[in-house]
Amino acid sequence: MIKLTIEENTYSCLPDETVLDALLRENVAISYACKKGSCHSCMLRSPDTLPPASAQVGLKNTLKKHHHFLACLCHPEQDMVIKLPDQSEFYTDGIVVVNTLLNRNTLLLIIAFKDAFEFNAGQFVNLQRPDGLTRSYSIANTPQESNTLEFHIRRLPGGKFSAWLHDDIKAGDSIAVSEARGHCFYLPENSEQGLLLVGTGTGLAPLAGILTDALAQGHSGPIYLFHGSRDLEDLYRIDEMRRLAEQHQNFHYIPCLSGKHVPEGFSQGRINDIVLASFPDLKGWRVFLCGHPDMVKQMKTMTFLKGAASADIYADAFLVTPS
Amino acid sequence: MTDTQNNNTTTSKTLYERIGGEAAVNAAVDLFYRKVLNDYRINRFFDNTDMDKQIAKQKAFFTMTFGGPNNYTGGDMRNAHAQLVKMGLDNSHFDVVMEHLGATLVELKVPTDLIAEAAAIAESTRKDVLGK
Repeated sequence: MIKLTIEENTYSCLPDETVLDALLRENVAISYACKKGSCHSCMLRSPDTLPPASAQVGLKNTLKKHHHFLACLCHPEQDMVIKLPDQSEFYTDGIVVVNTLLNRNTLLLIIAFKDAFEFNAGQFVNLQRPDGLTRSYSIANTPQESNTLEFHIRRLPGGKFSAWLHDDIKAGDSIAVSEARGHCFYLPENSEQGLLLVGTGTGLAPLAGILTDALAQGHSGPIYLFHGSRDLEDLYRIDEMRRLAEQHQNFHYIPCLSGKHVPEGFSQGRINDIVLASFPDLKGWRVFLCGHPDMVKQMKTMTFLKGAASADIYADAFLVTPS
Repeated sequence: MTDTQNNNTTTSKTLYERIGGEAAVNAAVDLFYRKVLNDYRINRFFDNTDMDKQIAKQKAFFTMTFGGPNNYTGGDMRNAHAQLVKMGLDNSHFDVVMEHLGATLVELKVPTDLIAEAAAIAESTRKDVLGK
């Protein structure tokens, strides 16, 4: 008899039952639709056990890495501890150690923890205010950095949470941080593959982590980072990226400005136009897209049509919570 | 060649196995979906708000077309396309999809007889897809 554990509850999975069958029989609230492995509504995660390969068919490689699986396809081979998608999250308290401005509206926030924080560069966490308000932010550093998480926080006009981070918190304050989530990160396979990283505004945060991670793991293929904004004052880390490009022959940094004033050393135009004009063919490339949801959505389609495999396109759209 | 060579004749393998199984599905899906997105005759029916979900649906379509493991009923096909039928999906659009299916398999150098078998399976869903 296989045991399925969700939070404090244990359920039995009968022989020949799928996880979905078992949970529905036990009246657990779980999303599902096609029951055939194609709609992905019943996707769950078993952090401690690798699910059977047949239960991961069709999932992105980064999702597979973190043990996501489809309940309707899963015939468990061993007891499983399962996390539901909307399960209440586990929060850890960290201490704010840095909060300084990177540019006129972007805050550098660094939070330190007692123990090492588990994550892949490019993932995101939820930060939680004492009154319970939470927002998601992408991690900008790599796990090699000791026990800290770095964030780039844009002040949003009318944004409650970003205003709190910019104006109210200070070094020494405690802040609650959820576990890391997200499928937009680097896997060290195909290390000669070209990497195309495209970000707007604070989309640089996860991309900086991903590219640092790739370089640290010896990625030898070309790495192109396009970072775009309207005005120069909304870009940041420009000198650091230029220095990184000087240190690594395979890393190329192209800052893009779509506004009127474009100084020497910057590309003029909208980032999607510049990227697509720079690459006649993206067959064989791995693509990471982070930032403005409209840019991410358009670039997903455009890079796919230019030949990038759908399995090689990783997108993280920064959705804004309406006030 | 040794005596321990696989004794199966090609006729005892399923279409799915002969066409290349899951690897063939994965190769076909991206090629096919690019053709569809680039074709103004039908791209409006392919909701592009979530490419990942669409790709998953295309994999299901190809698995079925290759005679692979699936238990889609006529009712499933009807329900899945009902909204598109309301948007005006008709025989001409189905024909265009069949055209791109064929072109994809030709591009993948699938033997003509296997393409014909797959096309026949796809064609058999026409009435259910169009809700007729």
